[in-house]
Amino acid sequence: MSDRTDKEKSRQVELLISNLLRIGVAMSLAIVLIGTIVTFVRHPDYVSSKTELHRLTTRDATFPNTIASSVNAAVHGQGRGIVMLGLLLLIATPVMRVAVSILGFVYEKDMMFVVITTTVLALLLLSFVLGRTEG
Amino acid sequence: MELVKSDVRNVRRGRYTTPMTPLTFTLVTFGISIAAGVLGSLLGLGGGIIVVPALTLFLHIDIRYAIGASIVSVIATSSGAASAYVRERLTNLRVAMSLEVATTTGALSGAYVGGMIGGRWLYIIFGLMLAYSAIAMLRKRKELAGQDVPRDVIADKLKLHDSYFDPALAKEISYRVTHTSLGVVLMYIAGVVSGLLGIGSGALKVPAMDLAMRLPMKVSTATSNFMIGVTAAASAGVFFSRGDINPFVAAPVAAGVLLGATAGSLLLGRLKSSVVRGTFIIVLIWISLEMLWKGVRA
Repeated sequence: MSDRTDKEKSRQVELLISNLLRIGVAMSLAIVLIGTIVTFVRHPDYVSSKTELHRLTTRDATFPNTIASSVNAAVHGQGRGIVMLGLLLLIATPVMRVAVSILGFVYEKDMMFVVITTTVLALLLLSFVLGRTEG
Repeated sequence: MELVKSDVRNVRRGRYTTPMTPLTFTLVTFGISIAAGVLGSLLGLGGGIIVVPALTLFLHIDIRYAIGASIVSVIATSSGAASAYVRERLTNLRVAMSLEVATTTGALSGAYVGGMIGGRWLYIIFGLMLAYSAIAMLRKRKELAGQDVPRDVIADKLKLHDSYFDPALAKEISYRVTHTSLGVVLMYIAGVVSGLLGIGSGALKVPAMDLAMRLPMKVSTATSNFMIGVTAAASAGVFFSRGDINPFVAAPVAAGVLLGATAGSLLLGRLKSSVVRGTFIIVLIWISLEMLWKGVRA
């Protein structure tokens, strides 16, 4: 394999990563915006009531904190569920970037970096479990 | 009864002294986040370190929600910037991937520990980090790349040495990477701080790369930005499952900081004027004292 095609291959991976990041951010913010609008449409009192804010921002506020409950809330048309899905897509964007990089290194037959990048991906997935283990 | 008790506690702590409607709150938070994004981008500090004090000191938002919202905004701004840097081929992807093992491990440790220590400690550590960042702004970055770089077996083995195209000189500049193991240790620390405080901690990542690993300045800035998104995603996973990402707070913050940071980078580039920088350094130190005070008093 010549050095030149190697360079071209890694350039393709770079461009794929660049696009993935841009599209991920744009899509997630669009979903967050839709969710916010839905929230205010469904709760007209949020525009006028001064007692609701405390309930929404206090430590005891309830909102989805698992992927399943976020999807469930969004399916039932709840704005907070839709916002949460948007935020989850945003969090997933760098995770997907890492996954694409693994494929890139597989493609380049660079086993050392396949291992390194897979470790990073495993740590990222572990994060979703770690927050739940606290008492 | 519990609810009444927590109400009394909140009022005593000076929270919600000015009742707002949720709509007003969303708009005010959005506005403050835009300002934080502009300022963070002009100062080269990033939005997180500005937005957390703004949310806690001005709007009296619970610091855990402020940190959860900030980390989400950090992912948005870092991913946006990283996209452009990767396209310009300034990012060293191999260095980024190697060091991300350390930053994500650090972020997981920091985010995990942050859930167990009291909120007052978060204020105190945040105040200290803010003071460090303000003082670090005084440091003049010096190009150390290329000046008799000591040989590093790990960097050789991982093939971290690379080159980038400098448009000012109109040529490809190759560089060698060194002190990889020191870089790994510093990146772990940067990750812990990021996970504890919900910030990108670029103020720790960049010097680790240009001072220790001898990456060219442009490359370390771009690579730091690229790594920040992944580091922040590790912290965000922990915050999310713990219930620290409140959609009602995080939505206006993420959108506002991204918008502000984009505007900041388009409008003016980095602030060069030393008078303006000096003023901001004083403001940052003042905010850092406010955060410390809030932690100590709590």
